[in-house]
Amino acid sequence: MATVETFKVVAPGLLTNVQDRGRFGYGRYGVAPSGALDSFSLRVANLLVGNPENEACLEITLMGPKLRALTDVAIAVTGADLQASCNDRPLDMWTSWILGKGNTVSFRGLKGGCRSYLAIGGGISLPEVMGSKSTNLSSKFGGLDGGPLRKGNILSSNSPYLHLKTGGSTFPQAWIPPHAKERYVRVILGPQDDQFTGKGKKAFLGTPYQVSPDSDRTGIRLTGPMIERRPEVGESIISEGVVSGTIQVPGDGQPIIILVETVTGGYRKIATVVTADLPLLGQVKPGDTVNFKQVSLDDAYKALRESEGKINRFKEGYSPPP
Amino acid sequence: MRGVARHLGKLLFVSLVEIHLWGTTMSSHGLVYRIMGDRSVILELGDKISPEINRRVRQFSMVLTENPVEGVVDFVPAYRSLLIIYDPLRIDIASLKHQIEDLHRKMDKIQIPVPKTVEIPVVYGSEFGPDLEWVAHYHKTTIGEVIRLHTGTIYQVYMIGFTPGHPYMADLPKSLITPRRETPRTNVPQGSVAIAMNQTVIYPVESPGGLHILGRTPLKLFDPFQSPPTLLEMGDWVRFFPIEEEEFKQWPR
Repeated sequence: MATVETFKVVAPGLLTNVQDRGRFGYGRYGVAPSGALDSFSLRVANLLVGNPENEACLEITLMGPKLRALTDVAIAVTGADLQASCNDRPLDMWTSWILGKGNTVSFRGLKGGCRSYLAIGGGISLPEVMGSKSTNLSSKFGGLDGGPLRKGNILSSNSPYLHLKTGGSTFPQAWIPPHAKERYVRVILGPQDDQFTGKGKKAFLGTPYQVSPDSDRTGIRLTGPMIERRPEVGESIISEGVVSGTIQVPGDGQPIIILVETVTGGYRKIATVVTADLPLLGQVKPGDTVNFKQVSLDDAYKALRESEGKINRFKEGYSPPP
Repeated sequence: MRGVARHLGKLLFVSLVEIHLWGTTMSSHGLVYRIMGDRSVILELGDKISPEINRRVRQFSMVLTENPVEGVVDFVPAYRSLLIIYDPLRIDIASLKHQIEDLHRKMDKIQIPVPKTVEIPVVYGSEFGPDLEWVAHYHKTTIGEVIRLHTGTIYQVYMIGFTPGHPYMADLPKSLITPRRETPRTNVPQGSVAIAMNQTVIYPVESPGGLHILGRTPLKLFDPFQSPPTLLEMGDWVRFFPIEEEEFKQWPR
């Protein structure tokens, strides 16, 4: 396979970083999974340009970069709508586009969601660190020397020419997750829900919570009615492992949804977001509201089967009726 | 796709049955499981911080490492519990439970290796340990005595967490037990050695932190290109020793 330079970074955007589906198997060393927060969008972007669905993409946060194509190349943009354009002409999202050498991709501004995913036909040629190309921003490894995209970076891809034939392929409109400023997130209660009062649980499940500005890839901080714990239990617990989607409640009663950059936590966990709704958490931004809805394990697996079904059927070339 | 649907169909059926057995908490073979969402389970091997309980967590980690379970994607051992993360598309919860119980039976036969002891150099005080004076003041003692107490104890690494390679160590001598800082710092420098409650930690990378910083080590605690990637592992023993600022600057890294 020939490695070819595909893009030069003209401007990096607010926080653009390389992510694949994440780094697993190093939890005992305190190494978090990292990876794309909206894995659904990442997988579809890759499939659109003919990549394996686990390939690394650019995860673009709120404000997009400006990239110049160094060769003819296929790209697809999914996730948040940042109004991607090529030489100032709008590019439809969830579609594979062929750029000519010298074309410039830029983003005109956020219309919905929080993070876009840009897949390059032939992927992003980078070494895997501990089994993944994902950037661990806090410990500074993986991705592009452990950091976000910088002006002047060159991205390379494996045999991009082999992916030019994907041009025009699109993901079915009916399966594209809609963007909204008010989100409904399904959760399974536990493991320490019994240590909150009835009033606390009612607040958690019955009222919307606002996304705070100090949210990042480690966690979404929420503000809203206090989630009261039982008077006999302390503020913290003996630290233990957490997964992304775990909802911790510190002493101030304001919940934090753990995302992908940590493996342990020392606060009580009232609930955990179902796997099928994790991609949605990647599209939540400061100022949005989140409502929690309790479901059963069966509901959770049914929801997962549904979202996996979309990806699997797309892989098989099936489209739903419009 | 049909394969996946069939598998999930089965899983759906199994979980309908299992839900009565599992709930949030269930005890079996002396193991307490707690479901955390639809793809992880916490095994509790005790309810407090103690060397014996932590040793069992370590044993379970070893048995899980030596007998990988198909569909388990990661695990996080902690003070008294072990989090198992699985892919619900590859393994259903009932099958996971059976395999965990099998491993639990094997666990006691596992010989855990003798832990290594790691000596860690620390520059105490000045800009390297901005809370040293406060801690001495809090305990109505001298800076020298705090250093003597901190270096005079051998600590067990109970778990690695928070950031890569970040060790949670205990037990501090009783006369050094200190509450957390009222206001956590947003940027604790890399290598900072800190204490709070009965714990002492080292920050491998710059990060926020709510513990009192006594000093700083020049050692690298995490290197993603080494195997293992961390200087310390769960079960290790640690002893700190004081060095001068000049030595810190010249320490080989």
